[in-house]
Amino acid sequence: MPGSRMSPDAMSGNGSARAPLLEVRDLCVSFPSAGRMIPIVEHVSFTLEEREILGLVGESGSGKSVTAMALMGLIDRPGVRITGSALFRGQELVGLAPRELRRLRGGQIAMIFQDPMTAFTPVYTIGWQIDEQIRAHERISRRQARARTVRLLGEMGVPDPVRTAGCYPHQLSGGLRQRAMIAMALSCNPVLLIADEPTTALDVTVQAQILELVRALRGRHGSSVLLITHDMGVVAETCDSTLVLYSGRVAETGPTGALFARPGHPYTAALLDSIPPLDGPRPERLPTIAGVPPAPLERPVGCAFGPRCRYVHERCRPAPPPLVPVGPGQAAACVLPTEGRPLPPRCPSPSTPQQGPA
Amino acid sequence: MMGALLRRLGQTVFVLFGISALVFMVFFATPGADPTARIAGRNASAQVMEKVRREYGFDRSLPVQYATMMKKLFITRDLASYVDRGELVVPEIARAAPVTASLVCGAAVIWVVASIIMGTLAAAMKDTWVDRGLMMLGLVGISMPVFWLGQVTNLVTQSRYHDTWLFSWVPGLGYVPFGESPLGWFRALVIPWIVLAVMFIGIYSRVLRADLVALSGEDFMRTARAKGLSPVRILLWHGVRMSMITFVSLFGLDFAQLVGGGALLTEVVFGLPGVGHLTYQALNNLDLPVIMACVMYSAVFVVIANAVVDVIHVFLDPRMRDAR
Amino acid sequence: MNADSSRMTQGTAVPLMEVRDLRKAYRLSRGQMLRAVDGVSLSVMPGEVLGLVGESGCGKSTLGRCLLRLMDVSSGRILFEGRDITSLNERAMRPLRQRMQMVFQDSYASLNPRRRIGDLLAEPLRVHPDADGHRRSAATITARLHELMELVSLPRAALERYAHEFSGGQRQRINIARALALSPRLVVADEPVSALDVSVQAQIVNLFVDLQARLGLTYVFVAHDLAVVRQISTRVAVMYLGAVVELGETDSVLHHPAHPYTAALTAAVPRPIVGGMRAIPLRGDIPSPVARPSGCRFHTRCPYAQDRCRVDEPVLRPVRQGHEVACHFPLDGSA
Repeated sequence: MPGSRMSPDAMSGNGSARAPLLEVRDLCVSFPSAGRMIPIVEHVSFTLEEREILGLVGESGSGKSVTAMALMGLIDRPGVRITGSALFRGQELVGLAPRELRRLRGGQIAMIFQDPMTAFTPVYTIGWQIDEQIRAHERISRRQARARTVRLLGEMGVPDPVRTAGCYPHQLSGGLRQRAMIAMALSCNPVLLIADEPTTALDVTVQAQILELVRALRGRHGSSVLLITHDMGVVAETCDSTLVLYSGRVAETGPTGALFARPGHPYTAALLDSIPPLDGPRPERLPTIAGVPPAPLERPVGCAFGPRCRYVHERCRPAPPPLVPVGPGQAAACVLPTEGRPLPPRCPSPSTPQQGPA
Repeated sequence: MMGALLRRLGQTVFVLFGISALVFMVFFATPGADPTARIAGRNASAQVMEKVRREYGFDRSLPVQYATMMKKLFITRDLASYVDRGELVVPEIARAAPVTASLVCGAAVIWVVASIIMGTLAAAMKDTWVDRGLMMLGLVGISMPVFWLGQVTNLVTQSRYHDTWLFSWVPGLGYVPFGESPLGWFRALVIPWIVLAVMFIGIYSRVLRADLVALSGEDFMRTARAKGLSPVRILLWHGVRMSMITFVSLFGLDFAQLVGGGALLTEVVFGLPGVGHLTYQALNNLDLPVIMACVMYSAVFVVIANAVVDVIHVFLDPRMRDAR
Repeated sequence: MNADSSRMTQGTAVPLMEVRDLRKAYRLSRGQMLRAVDGVSLSVMPGEVLGLVGESGCGKSTLGRCLLRLMDVSSGRILFEGRDITSLNERAMRPLRQRMQMVFQDSYASLNPRRRIGDLLAEPLRVHPDADGHRRSAATITARLHELMELVSLPRAALERYAHEFSGGQRQRINIARALALSPRLVVADEPVSALDVSVQAQIVNLFVDLQARLGLTYVFVAHDLAVVRQISTRVAVMYLGAVVELGETDSVLHHPAHPYTAALTAAVPRPIVGGMRAIPLRGDIPSPVARPSGCRFHTRCPYAQDRCRVDEPVLRPVRQGHEVACHFPLDGSA
């Protein structure tokens, strides 16, 4: 069975000149409100390679979830405008016919959500809901579908999968529900898994189990993962590369190790500093970022982080700074590197806050 | 399970006691409603009044009177009307009940089917002219009083256009028992059914639409879309299925109060001798035994309907199964 | 009082708040009992910050509410300033309520959206008499409101606005201001920063620390985020299934845990460090508080569980100076 995981076009996709699995260029999403369009996501670009785990981090309102929903065609607000391009194995997702998009959703691209309590329909058993997804994409019998459901639940570490498949969502704990959710997402062998805050609603010991599971996916199922989270700790422990969003725009992107060690954008650095450390000496005060992120309609003309940035100066104000390379595979939307005064590397331990260039 | 059943039974008895005591008290505490004077007729002599009073037990204390009435209603079932002397109340209700049940059940089928179709269609086509049109129609249905609509249909089908091909099949006002002639039963009731259902179609379709629209923002609906299901399947199997939980609660209560005599106006307008009609007459005559019997009958249905709704809930919503 | 002395625990002082064998159980259907708080004894010294940590269902929030008598307890005793308040009625509690306040997680739900912030903050000042038993004058109240705004670093103009006009962090500042209006001695904060974004969370954590130093407050700080609790707490109580399993000085508990649960909990927190050691996650889920395991409540998930743990319930006993643990086989703490 595991051999049949890779569908034929996955093979061909692998063969053809190692194109990225997902290539997003200039994605913009705006919602209409009171007669004008509010930009929620602006010019977001990134690529996701086969078997890569990419972390999409940002605070609430940064547009990280909207980006994922837009890719999946799951935004159903009337009048929403999505522009740009998102090539999934060479197929354009933006503007794809609903019917085609539906075939991809749950099939080649699957999604798991934050709150496993509310993400299942309460009146059907877990098994029924997983069967439903399998049978929406493949012509197989109820019995075959259930067999696969039970096997997947078992693979996800659910004890007594046959009985669990017969349980209603409210009868399971949060951790089990999230495992069931992941089993459902994987039921049609997706090549891309979009996980939107998959552990935020879970307790920390259970979170550790689920993250372990997500990490294991690429080995066992060959899946790529787009992991959306606000937790820098989760990113550090899980993702190969990271994309930091601020106020609907990309602030910084790069390999996770490099980005955490040598953040190129003052926002990334400040965000890392403001996390209270669990190890090492305890700082008297936490370094903070003054103020709050701007509302979508109040975004400044220039760098969106400018008003909160300690390095803000004239060159930040006329227009949003473009992404400039700050290291191998790493780029930051900041003017500092172009001025020849990049941020200094952070100390290996986050407990001693970095003071930055004088 | 046994405990739940007993608890429910206890509740029923308690509700029945409360309602009957209330009706009884209201009846005797209402000034100018002395049943003796009513039964004895106008300008009756003191002797006649005294005789009537003794005959009906009005000279006994209130609790005794109450107990006697309850005994006659539930145990010996020989409670007689104060107004139509000798007319037994319980058989009277037993004759009226099938009429009301026929009327209400037929109407319920129509309103449930029609409102589910309308509500679902409106929710599926949200913010289009179909949605607006259907909801407008629902509003019109709610705003038309049932007695007015009944009179208008009567006017149209019974007199004005009765002789045209369209309405020549409509029988005169009144009821035909099903056992006598199923077709006659259907013909006599189909117009009352529709008239009674109109308002409920309006209410239920609007409630269902609102519920479905609210549900569409729920996480599990998003999951269903992320699974790649078709919009029709998402709407019916996830949306409507969940909405049925609230729908059933609403339906249970409305249905019960209609069967218990709430279809009074429809019955009166169409000359159907149902429980509502009976209640209407009894209220006109301040005929305590009949009023009492009708109210008790109605209360029994409301309580039973509540119990049935609870049972259906347990079937519809697995969360209820573990909650009890 | 400066920051250092206020953060120190006075060993001989009378506890500001003390609970003895506190229990809070809910009766469920079918005769089941949910033991939310299951025999907790601890004391809170004046000027200290006691962090209550644990995962969902461990009873930390329930305990926080019981402390302030926001809910009735099933058994046990609660002492505030040495006085037994366990069974005081609402009337007798009212004067005490001025000295103990609460800050909740949901900054929006705890503010009436239809009233100006100034009104909301003034209400307790109007209702409660001042220290001499007099009603406060309008001028006194206004002056106090300005003082409060300054304490939580909000502009005075905020008093004229409504809750929805503020961001989550600002609303939490308002909630803190309201809790401080009557100059309480004890503040119980229930997950006060967990709904906030990281960058805002740091501001509010700092505010809590500053206010404590400035006003000599005592906090009971309930949170699931160990890093936040560590930043603010003098001592930490780790709860699991309704009971305190480990209690002691913050860094002693978090850096040298003696209870396997605390060790697993601290190890499971994802650190924002790439390439760090990754802990082996605990197995299984937290058992339901309705069906609490026999013996040691943690034995079903404990990697070191032995036969004794299944039958014999461990009680809190000291392992080090100012550090107690409820475990038959405590870790040596070198972790």
